[in-house]
Amino acid sequence: MSAALSRFGAFARALPLSGKIGLGLVLFWLIAALFGPFIAPYSVGAFVDQDVFSDASRRFWLGSDYLGRDVLSRLLWGARYTVFLGLGSALLASFMGTALALTAAIRGGWIDEVLSRTMDTLISIPSKILALVLVAAFGSSLTLLLLIPAITYTPGNFRISRALAMNLVGLDFVSVARTRGESARWIATREILPNMIHPWLADLGLRFVFIVLLLSGLSFLGLGVQPPHADLGSLVRENVSGLTYGALAIIAPAIAIATLTVGANLLIDALKPVDDRG
Amino acid sequence: MTQAHVEVSGLTIAVRTPSGERTIVDDVSFAIPRGQVLALIGESGSGKTTIALSLLGHTRFGARIAGGTIRVGDTRVDQLDRTGLAALRGRRVSYVAQSAAAAFNPSRPIMAQVIEPLLVHGLATRAEAEARATDLFRALALPAPETIGRRYPHQVSGGQLQRLMAAMALITGPELVILDEPTTALDVTTQVDVLRAFKNALAQAGATAIYVSHDLAVVAQMADHIAVLNGGKLIEDGPAADVLAAPQTDYARTLFAAARPKADAASPAPGDVVLAASNLVAGYGKVKGGVPAIPVVNDVSFTLRRGEALGVIGESGSGKSTLARVVAGLLPAASGQVALSGEVLPAALEKRSREQLRQVQLVFQNADTALNPAQRVGEILARPLRLFHGLDGAAAEARVTELLNLTQLPRELAGRRSTELSGGQKQRVNLARALAAEPEVLICDEVTSALDTVVGAAILKLIDELRQRLGFATVFISHDISTVRAFCDHVLVLYGGTAVEQADRARFAAGPHHPYTRLLLDSVPAMERGWLERQPPREAALREGAEGLCRFLPRCSVAIAGTCDRLPVPLRREGAHDWLCHYETSALAAQSGERVA
Repeated sequence: MSAALSRFGAFARALPLSGKIGLGLVLFWLIAALFGPFIAPYSVGAFVDQDVFSDASRRFWLGSDYLGRDVLSRLLWGARYTVFLGLGSALLASFMGTALALTAAIRGGWIDEVLSRTMDTLISIPSKILALVLVAAFGSSLTLLLLIPAITYTPGNFRISRALAMNLVGLDFVSVARTRGESARWIATREILPNMIHPWLADLGLRFVFIVLLLSGLSFLGLGVQPPHADLGSLVRENVSGLTYGALAIIAPAIAIATLTVGANLLIDALKPVDDRG
Repeated sequence: MTQAHVEVSGLTIAVRTPSGERTIVDDVSFAIPRGQVLALIGESGSGKTTIALSLLGHTRFGARIAGGTIRVGDTRVDQLDRTGLAALRGRRVSYVAQSAAAAFNPSRPIMAQVIEPLLVHGLATRAEAEARATDLFRALALPAPETIGRRYPHQVSGGQLQRLMAAMALITGPELVILDEPTTALDVTTQVDVLRAFKNALAQAGATAIYVSHDLAVVAQMADHIAVLNGGKLIEDGPAADVLAAPQTDYARTLFAAARPKADAASPAPGDVVLAASNLVAGYGKVKGGVPAIPVVNDVSFTLRRGEALGVIGESGSGKSTLARVVAGLLPAASGQVALSGEVLPAALEKRSREQLRQVQLVFQNADTALNPAQRVGEILARPLRLFHGLDGAAAEARVTELLNLTQLPRELAGRRSTELSGGQKQRVNLARALAAEPEVLICDEVTSALDTVVGAAILKLIDELRQRLGFATVFISHDISTVRAFCDHVLVLYGGTAVEQADRARFAAGPHHPYTRLLLDSVPAMERGWLERQPPREAALREGAEGLCRFLPRCSVAIAGTCDRLPVPLRREGAHDWLCHYETSALAAQSGERVA
């Protein structure tokens, strides 16, 4: 445990300043997502303020929302949906997309053809309509909310990963591995994947941001996280009327989304290979 | 007192690194009289390109001119500002890059790009510029000078593109032309024409030139003065004839020795036949009746005994690398077969057993792409050990150290990534990985073409020593006929995928040769001044080659009308010498005799 901690410390110290900021922000939101509900001062759906869109006060650190609920508490509850659903879906989409892309790139031929055309078909289905149909069929659940963005963003990741892998498959070190009689799995995970990890991570960061937006879009249609719970995106959306008052209720979740996504992307950009850092 | 046209004195160029500034060019001074050619020679990393670029007032990203003066005519290039440099570049000083293929924009016709310097500097109207370009195309001996400008870069050959690049550099009538290894990427046969075209065009324009190269024989043809660089320092300079005849420094002598590979002692007594290829046909596209849509290798056979070296030579596109891929199984042969120690190998890689895979190892041409940048050298070497010999842990580690020793690399390298190594080190790791399998046959595909002369010569010597010590057989693929002659027991000459000549070392040294081999041999520049001028012009006879006829016919200068263009070419055999030609040996000998006389 302490060894892992010290290794993590060394990793953090080796990051450039932007990476340290990113790591700090990501850690902050991970902790908020894990422990938020335990430290939230109020219950998530409790109407605790007589006033709506009130300013920050000692009772309500981040003011109250359009129904007089405590914004801080709702933020702390909402963080877990955005972090876990967003990150979970982004990871799931990337893993599925990349696994299929590597299969297509290494096997080539008709397998590549079938996979690519299937992905093209998936891309052509509008994501919101797909979500609508799935929710109508199965009812809204967290599992579904995890799967919908994952399915929606798999083809995009497939396209990018396949392009990256295709460039690598033609290189001599892959031919060397083939002449050595390596299995397709070894070639995929040892020869190709490590060389595409950085653009892959950048893609993951981008997809994470898109998924946060898609989730809040789904919530807007009433298909997402069900009230009284709300993810960060829907916190912004439900308090839109507060924009004219400059209410904290809309600014705070907006800043929350910004810090989370910017943090994730700063961290990912800082994970450059050692030799690139010059 | 006449002043030199171009003068560089005390030039120092430094680059920023995380640990402070590092000097890459250190106090270099030289002067070139008007209209003469100075050659900058040295290994890669010696600073020759950096110096050449500084005459354009350009330094690469992160580098700066830290001291010294650069004068071209009356202009102090080192003191020019941005507008001054823009007026200088392309107009008074121009540049010919190493790879014309990379320097041309593939999506614009050639003419538009060649006349661009004139239009950018507002020196001529489009019509005038095009007329001037056409004149230059003619001066550079390009085919169809009136219409070649309408083509796109991919529609002309490499040698033509290099000459078109020279036209672009010469079109503004510059005072100084910088040629940065302009023929390194070309075949020897093309190189002769390009060099001649460059030399004539430079003389006509009366321009001063700087010729950057690591090939001394080429430099001997082009330069009036030679400056030898090592590690950013100028270590020797003088008139070309003097430097070539009697180099003063040890370094220059090493450089010169590397340019002339010496024939080694003959191989140890050859053993049994280890590799036998018979009637190999391979290529790309759909295979129909044993012939692929685009055949690349055509009916090639050879045998190789244990401990022997077979040299395969030919120009680019002759099918050398394809032959290597067929033997290694990367490209299944359409027909014909490869036998290893008498046992026929399955054509496709997937069907070969691990033991068969182990016995044939391919060393790729380009170590930059043949080593996985994500792995450490230790991991790269340990993998074949584990796969082929089941070595693990300490035993594998010990063997990795042994392999590093064998390839004369420091053992600390095991912990580094390939991206941290120099070109020569990478090629040694590439070789060590192949040796890790303990192969019976080592196929070396142009292993030195990406390296400069000194480093390349050391690698060749290493491979030769290891072959004699470890007793494996090598297939040595190269476009450099002098290397093949020096290191191989058998020579196979490929033209258009067909083996036009095959001979053992003694027969090959004695000759006579197939007309194509003759052409290759005659195209290797000799390290003496005036060689280029003595070369007869090589007009390619414009005969159409047809199926079944001699493939070399369109380029053959001694073809017999009525025979060569009518009858299928016979295979002639005399002792350990096979060749595909209508000429018999006596007639061939007479032919080559004529050409020498």
